[in-house]
Amino acid sequence: MRNRLVLGFIVITFLIAPSVFAQNSTAGTDARLAKLEAATADAKSSADNAWMLTSSALVLMMTGPGLALFYGGLVRKKNVLGTMVQSFAMMAVITILWGIVSFSLAFGSGNGFIGGLHNLFLHGVGVQPDADYAATIPLQTFMVYQLMFAIITPALITGAFAERMKFSAMLLFMILWSLIVYSPMAHMVWGKGGLLNASLGGRFPCLDFAGGTVVHVTSGVSALVCALYLGKRVGYPKEAMTPHSVVLSFVGACLLWVGWFGFNAGSALAAGSLATSAFVATHFGAAAAVLGWSGAEWLRNGKPSALGAISGAVAGLVAITPAAGFVGPMPAMVIGLVAGAFCFFMVATVKARFGYDDSLDAFGVHGTGGTLGALLTGVFAASAINPIFKDAQGNTLPSGLIDGHPGQLLNQAIGVIIAWVLAIVGTLVILKIVDATIGLRVTEDEEVQGLDLTQHGEEGYSWEVTA
Amino acid sequence: MIKIEAIIQTSKLEAVKDALHEIGVEGMTVLEVRGHGRQKGHTEFYRGREYTVDLIPKIKLETVLPDTMVEKAVQAIVTAARTGKIGDGKIFLSKVDEAIRIRNDERGEGAL
Repeated sequence: MRNRLVLGFIVITFLIAPSVFAQNSTAGTDARLAKLEAATADAKSSADNAWMLTSSALVLMMTGPGLALFYGGLVRKKNVLGTMVQSFAMMAVITILWGIVSFSLAFGSGNGFIGGLHNLFLHGVGVQPDADYAATIPLQTFMVYQLMFAIITPALITGAFAERMKFSAMLLFMILWSLIVYSPMAHMVWGKGGLLNASLGGRFPCLDFAGGTVVHVTSGVSALVCALYLGKRVGYPKEAMTPHSVVLSFVGACLLWVGWFGFNAGSALAAGSLATSAFVATHFGAAAAVLGWSGAEWLRNGKPSALGAISGAVAGLVAITPAAGFVGPMPAMVIGLVAGAFCFFMVATVKARFGYDDSLDAFGVHGTGGTLGALLTGVFAASAINPIFKDAQGNTLPSGLIDGHPGQLLNQAIGVIIAWVLAIVGTLVILKIVDATIGLRVTEDEEVQGLDLTQHGEEGYSWEVTA
Repeated sequence: MIKIEAIIQTSKLEAVKDALHEIGVEGMTVLEVRGHGRQKGHTEFYRGREYTVDLIPKIKLETVLPDTMVEKAVQAIVTAARTGKIGDGKIFLSKVDEAIRIRNDERGEGAL
């Protein structure tokens, strides 16, 4: 009955309306649909862009003040400014370098190992998205987001040679390191055509959501090489070199935790549910690692220290970084718990056994935590969280070992090995160059007096007779 | 009883402490101080303005010893703290009339 009524209505409409009018109406609907689609795409793009700009700012906050405070508190007070300014210098120097050349080396199209020179001076990096990286945000947003990673990565290394490296040597070292180690590694794992790129069909697809290999393994392993090459601080380990302010480190670590949401959830490169998943995994991983480190410390030393708790959080955040967008909250907890206890063991037992002076444990936390996290990503990655592997028909394939893809462990191991080798060889070469040109270490007198006075002519805490 | 007050380079504290422990000195008080003798200070810059800082951080180590130990202790400090450059510091000796242990009122050298 109803159908017949509708039919009758349509027939009458067609009889009354001229055919020209009907054609106009279809064209009008198409135009409105197109407008609606454009508006929808624009709304999604705006939402994604808002999150990615926020994430970029959060990741910058991890370097300064986060890492600067964390490391600054751990050194003796005569070196507090010298240490903080090393992180801050990265915010300036790497930014310029990124604009001129290293963004192109990392993310320009190139071969399997390094990007080309098409994007020198940010040529071609504008508001148009690059669909290979992130289809809904301007390429410029992607560029500045990745810049924040390029800034914090070398800053992490400064923990290994703290309190003894010349400022000038540190600058040259970091510029070369960014070009020789960071850009190639970022290109291999995340860049177009990269050998290890999992989402753009690399030869050995290594799952690294937010930089377990690119950021933490490279910086942590390079840190160990630096600590070994530069040698110990004067008086280490006989003299007590205790942190001058665990309070500063505490604030820094908390800022790192918050900033890490930009680091990991931002690596979804969009504001959708994958960002939520990475955010949640990150938080649960960090929390479990606090328990892992503090529990191990409590058992071994009889007391859970504040410095232990915050170090555990950082270790967990490091380890969950490669896995963040591939695992659910429960595997994230396992990864965090294991990383917390493992990094405590590395820092408290292994470092003492071998006697190297990785002053602020850049290797113990980032090198080992990053390696552990990258390998565990191959165990726990689940296609239900992130369907990254697909066959030719577009069907989802399993991601990690538990998912039914044991071969992924091998891919993860290849990524880790390449990161280790690149970091060791690259860092050694750079250290030789800097050593031969401007020299790496301050003189013994300068080291005793402290970096603040000898390198910068200032003191972190002023002393007034009349105060 | 003699009080030894040694003003030394901050970097030499560990060495001096160890040297004193080695000859059997059991107690000491250490203060972080600022001062200067003939040593010139250093300059600092804050936003382009130059400041001369002539009071330099030093360590002052105090210990009160029986007369018989004093010369050995002085030698230990001098050997451990000397770099040969201006700024190595000074040692002052002074007589102490009495020492009292607060815990049990013990007096004299036994209280040291």
